[in-house]
Amino acid sequence: MSTRPPNRAWTIARTDLRQLRQARDFWMPLVIIAGLFFVVIPGFLLLIITRVDNIELAQQLSDVVGTLPTKIQENVKGETGPVQASYALAVYLFAPLAIVVPLTVSSAVGANTIIGERERGSGEFLAHSPASEREIYVGKLLAALIPGYLTAFVGFGCYSLIVNLLVGPKVGGWFFPTTSWWWLMLWVLPPFIMLALAMILAISARVSSAAAAQQSSALVTLPLILIAYSVASGSMYSGSMVAVVIGALAWLGAAFALVRASRTVRRERLLGMGA
Amino acid sequence: MDTVISARGVVRTFGDTRAVDGLDLGIPTGSVTVLLGPNGAGKTTVVRLLTGALAPDVGDITVFGMNPSGPDGAQVRRRCGVVPARPALYDRLSGYDNLRYAGELFEVAAETLPERIEHAAARFGILEALPKRVGTYSTGMRARLALARAVLHEPDLLLLDEPTAGLDPESARAVLGLIDEMAEEGKAVVMCTHLLLEAEGLADKVVVLDRGATLVSGSPAELTERFWPGTRVVLDAEQPTVLDGIADLPFVRGYSRNGVATVDLATADTVPDLVDALVGAGARLTRVEPQTPSLEQIYFEIRSRT
Repeated sequence: MSTRPPNRAWTIARTDLRQLRQARDFWMPLVIIAGLFFVVIPGFLLLIITRVDNIELAQQLSDVVGTLPTKIQENVKGETGPVQASYALAVYLFAPLAIVVPLTVSSAVGANTIIGERERGSGEFLAHSPASEREIYVGKLLAALIPGYLTAFVGFGCYSLIVNLLVGPKVGGWFFPTTSWWWLMLWVLPPFIMLALAMILAISARVSSAAAAQQSSALVTLPLILIAYSVASGSMYSGSMVAVVIGALAWLGAAFALVRASRTVRRERLLGMGA
Repeated sequence: MDTVISARGVVRTFGDTRAVDGLDLGIPTGSVTVLLGPNGAGKTTVVRLLTGALAPDVGDITVFGMNPSGPDGAQVRRRCGVVPARPALYDRLSGYDNLRYAGELFEVAAETLPERIEHAAARFGILEALPKRVGTYSTGMRARLALARAVLHEPDLLLLDEPTAGLDPESARAVLGLIDEMAEEGKAVVMCTHLLLEAEGLADKVVVLDRGATLVSGSPAELTERFWPGTRVVLDAEQPTVLDGIADLPFVRGYSRNGVATVDLATADTVPDLVDALVGAGARLTRVEPQTPSLEQIYFEIRSRT
């Protein structure tokens, strides 16, 4: 027997991730969604806007920037209307996507995680294993959290590159990520993903089929995505301090939800009872 | 012998159904205990209770002196190997990764794990299939992988739930071979089955369950003595009608002839007397075969009486 204390939660998470990697039919659509939101759509829009040479259209874009709050307008870089519009688009309007996409990915993975064990019958193996219910819960949480974060950071990296390559030369060099974006990615995004996962894992432990888990998760995560979208936008417009406060509140909510949800993962539920 | 499992007055209900209803069980080390019973008798629930996967509503269970559904549950489960009725494998993973997962969860040391995996896979004839995804395995291969997984961490207690259901003869033989080996190594084995033939010759103790309650338990010899007293002898002769004369002998309890004659005697000691009497009556015997009742016969006798 090993002398090192076993890290069963990580073992469970790693095995789930290995299975996810094998399930190409599952993750490919999620990668396409992430690609669309982080690369294709912003890239296409920024490319078009930065190359506008029609005076009338350029004026209209300047007007759009003029509708933004004064504080934001002061921070917008660029000399011409199209450049200012592309800067505002890159820094302020696409921000909520950084939350929506990882939430979608983590929700899709999380909804299957416990009910999947039960449907495959492999829940019986876990129920008879030395892993505690807490370790199983944490393992499943990590297995759903990691793909969401990975999507967020890879997508964030790609998005940063595109924004800097397309808009950077017109505003005097690389400008992205801004301070607000760092707060969003490192402080506001994580608790929202955890909050969603806490609810989804609780559902996954209780329902009787994967289809039911997906349906119920969609019902739960849709309002949460809308809230996250508003919060992300708000934190971008209102500055770093607001992001800090919103993030702190979200962390509190996430911690409470995670503790509550951990009680729903029980051995007998892995066996298909008490669902 | 030390007691591995002790259960007293265990009750477990699911809604209105009493899956286990007053179970008493005592299982020593180095023994093979067979839980017999029809579908729905509560066998699977008993296995789940023994590992702490389920907790009893009423009653006490100790395994290795610990409560499996209490704080020591992880220690109990680490010493148990379970082969569930469904193999419960991860189809998207390779056979190797399935075994590695089990090894890591059951705390097999990382440095010995690859060797253990190879050994366990070789033991059940699936070494070459290890790199393949389990989703491509046949039913027999899946069962063998489940067996390899159950013994990978060298458990002290092996629990098998209908282990040979749906298996090809070779895989079924592998299961029965494993049970023999485990018992020889001094480990305890509990096997649930409704297939009486496979329990025959393996069981040190038989527990007959019905609707979650223990109908009867004991060694096959004890059950034979209790439910199948006396000796049955099958006879045949060149002129079978000569055999009919023994029906009236004082030590003959029962006689019937349908092709061959079947005689029930009070004790095995009277077999020579029976042969003497037949030879004295001029019978030229072609068959004298004292029979030990099969587990199946005993089981149905128990069921008919209870």
